Amino acid sequence: MGEVTSRAVGKLALDPALVARARELARRVGRPVVELARGHTTVSVERAVLRLAGVSGADPDGIPWVNRLVDAVVADVGLGHGVSVPVFDALAREQITDVTLLAQKAAAGSVRFSVPVGRAATAARRAARRAAAVGVRQIDRRRAERERLIKRYGDPPRRPWIYLIVATGDIYEDIPQAQAAARAGADVIAVIRSTGQSLLDYVPEGATREGFAGTYATQENFRLMRAALDESSRELGRYVRLTNYASGLCMPEMAVLAGLERLDMMLNDSMYGILFRDINPVRTFVDQRFSRQVHARAGIIINTGEDNYLTTADAVDEAHTVTVSQLLNEYFAHEAGLADWQLGLGHAFEIDPDVPESLRLELAHALLARELFPEAPLKWMPPTKHMTGDVFRGNLLDGFFNLVGTMTGQGILLVGMMTEAVVTPWLSDRDIALQNVRYVLGAAGGLREDFVPAPGGFIQRRANRVLGEAVDLLERISEQSLLSAIAEGTFGIMRRPADRGKGLDGVARHEADYYNPATEILEQPS
Amino acid sequence: MSECTERSEGGMPSQHGMTGKRIVRPYGDTTGDGMVQVSFTLPVPHDKRAEGAAVQLANKMGIDPALLVHAKPMGEGFTFFVVYGRVNHLVDLSAVRVVERDYPLLSAREVNALVKRQLRRKLSVVGACIGTDAHTVGIDAILNVKGVAGEKGLEYYRELKITNLGAQVSVPELVEAARVERADAVLVSQVVTQRDAHLHNTREMSAAFREAMPVGRRPLLVVGGPRFDESQAAELGVDRIFGRGTTPGEVASYLVHALVTNKKARVA
Repeated sequence: MGEVTSRAVGKLALDPALVARARELARRVGRPVVELARGHTTVSVERAVLRLAGVSGADPDGIPWVNRLVDAVVADVGLGHGVSVPVFDALAREQITDVTLLAQKAAAGSVRFSVPVGRAATAARRAARRAAAVGVRQIDRRRAERERLIKRYGDPPRRPWIYLIVATGDIYEDIPQAQAAARAGADVIAVIRSTGQSLLDYVPEGATREGFAGTYATQENFRLMRAALDESSRELGRYVRLTNYASGLCMPEMAVLAGLERLDMMLNDSMYGILFRDINPVRTFVDQRFSRQVHARAGIIINTGEDNYLTTADAVDEAHTVTVSQLLNEYFAHEAGLADWQLGLGHAFEIDPDVPESLRLELAHALLARELFPEAPLKWMPPTKHMTGDVFRGNLLDGFFNLVGTMTGQGILLVGMMTEAVVTPWLSDRDIALQNVRYVLGAAGGLREDFVPAPGGFIQRRANRVLGEAVDLLERISEQSLLSAIAEGTFGIMRRPADRGKGLDGVARHEADYYNPATEILEQPS
Repeated sequence: MSECTERSEGGMPSQHGMTGKRIVRPYGDTTGDGMVQVSFTLPVPHDKRAEGAAVQLANKMGIDPALLVHAKPMGEGFTFFVVYGRVNHLVDLSAVRVVERDYPLLSAREVNALVKRQLRRKLSVVGACIGTDAHTVGIDAILNVKGVAGEKGLEYYRELKITNLGAQVSVPELVEAARVERADAVLVSQVVTQRDAHLHNTREMSAAFREAMPVGRRPLLVVGGPRFDESQAAELGVDRIFGRGTTPGEVASYLVHALVTNKKARVA
């Protein structure tokens, strides 16, 4: 992904002082949000810790035991102490070793929880930490396993990696489709989640065969798909990556399950849930920080969701909001321990093709992201908004999208479908789309080397202007706060006050004795 | 609601144009040549036999002669075909029947402009899943900015003020929220249909609004869900029912039609 050299200006002649200023402002804007996240917990963070500590399964109604256990603890002592100490204290008092068994007893109402003090508290902390460490070690083992498999089978032979979606709703249909897609050239398979899963405050259990426009993300579905793609990796002689979503109300738990089942990439945006799903901002930022700490540990590449801004707002007028969001996502990611190679910062080819010079504008925006984040494997998203059902024009637009992707050195290319907005992709749609990608990468894969925008020309001017607007917006946000900017509708057009939105009742400020063994392990310098 | 109209305008007159009837065929490059192009996939590996199968399918579709111009293996056991050929079907334009929406479909921009110009305030919409129904997928698809099938939800419309109460909202809560938000319209989604729960809940809801608010102050009542019969609105005491596959744009256009541009037509 390009080496860091002393190149002061690069292909776009960006002002290094302005770039530094942008990052400084992102830090200033992001810092108070991190402080807020450090002082709060959520039901999903606590459930994620319990999953690391080995609680699994669900009750006969399909409600996971982690939910039953956290609910029981919260009913007795509240959320602000964290659930780990009350849970492991109860475990010692009940003289049982299996936390899932404790959850079952708690659900039946036969266990009471309290917040121990003194030696009982110390013992409970130690036991909680031991249990959480088992889960973290499992994540470590899965990461080492990935590294071994990549060494054995190899990475894709070129960038960008080709990213394809499957979404039948039935995991057993998804598997052959994913394997066929891998055979046809996909380097990354994403299993789209069922509509509305992001608003479920629990993670469904088991293998699932029904979903709305997507397949439920469950630990068992993760396991089944990863095993199938391991088979494909062996067959194809290249490691095929698997992607799912750490977003919505269960972001931290999704991150843990992804780490435990060796998923390779996760969609994980700092503000998407707030803006597009009306999830409470505090809940989102707390959940996001924990989930990113887990992703950092698991060696998972995150994909951020900046493409979504462009589907709601004008892709020319609002181009700078993408840059602002990328800078914030970068700040939050680094703070949570993610390295640059793990930052699949998002952006998209969404300018109205009827706008004059739209391709040059796309090139300017895509190259700006490349130049600002030289070490990040940028996630390049195809046109959706201006795909109309005219599949012939759509295929041409996708070709130009692929061309911009290769000319500007994007890291991960989500394959555009000419039948976007018409049907969920057919076998033939996917084949035609991959043929399009192969043609462009084959015919122009090295064009990046020759693509040097003219000094002072249209592309350079446009990129500099977008960066300038991004800095202006960051200045405005830093004069107030990110939370009030979100409340006032600065991003997209949605106003999202910090005291509103879904999942707020699952947020609590830390008590003085709050303890989270997973955070303690994850924040420990390795 | 769905009135049928007959259309006889549009299309080219047939070469053998008869009075009152217009018969047309597809047009390739010569009037009356009947040429079409289709593409499809058959679940068979690519070989001579597969190509024969594609031609057979095309023949059965009325394409004769069928010109197989492209055949390409896809993965294991599938072949993609492109076929050109002449269809032997005729289209009788006088027999074309289309179901017309009784309100115009508007873009988000048009919706916003009409509300701003004619209502001169934001149009307030309160949405919920009522009863025990926890399936917010329908109401979220219509209301969340995220939307559905590439179309943005009502939150995306600048001139609409959306209050999404979420799942398992009781009817009294819904009525109260509608009062507080001065709702112009109430949107209710019902997915669960066991023992006709969706019908009972809808009747309970419309009765509660009738009781709580005088005619003329009552918000427009709209329900949606995959199992409703769109013609049952009057029977259930609501203004409109939307069925499976409804998009946010249709709902927004209807709201503007019923509350802004065609207010008088509304029977309170």
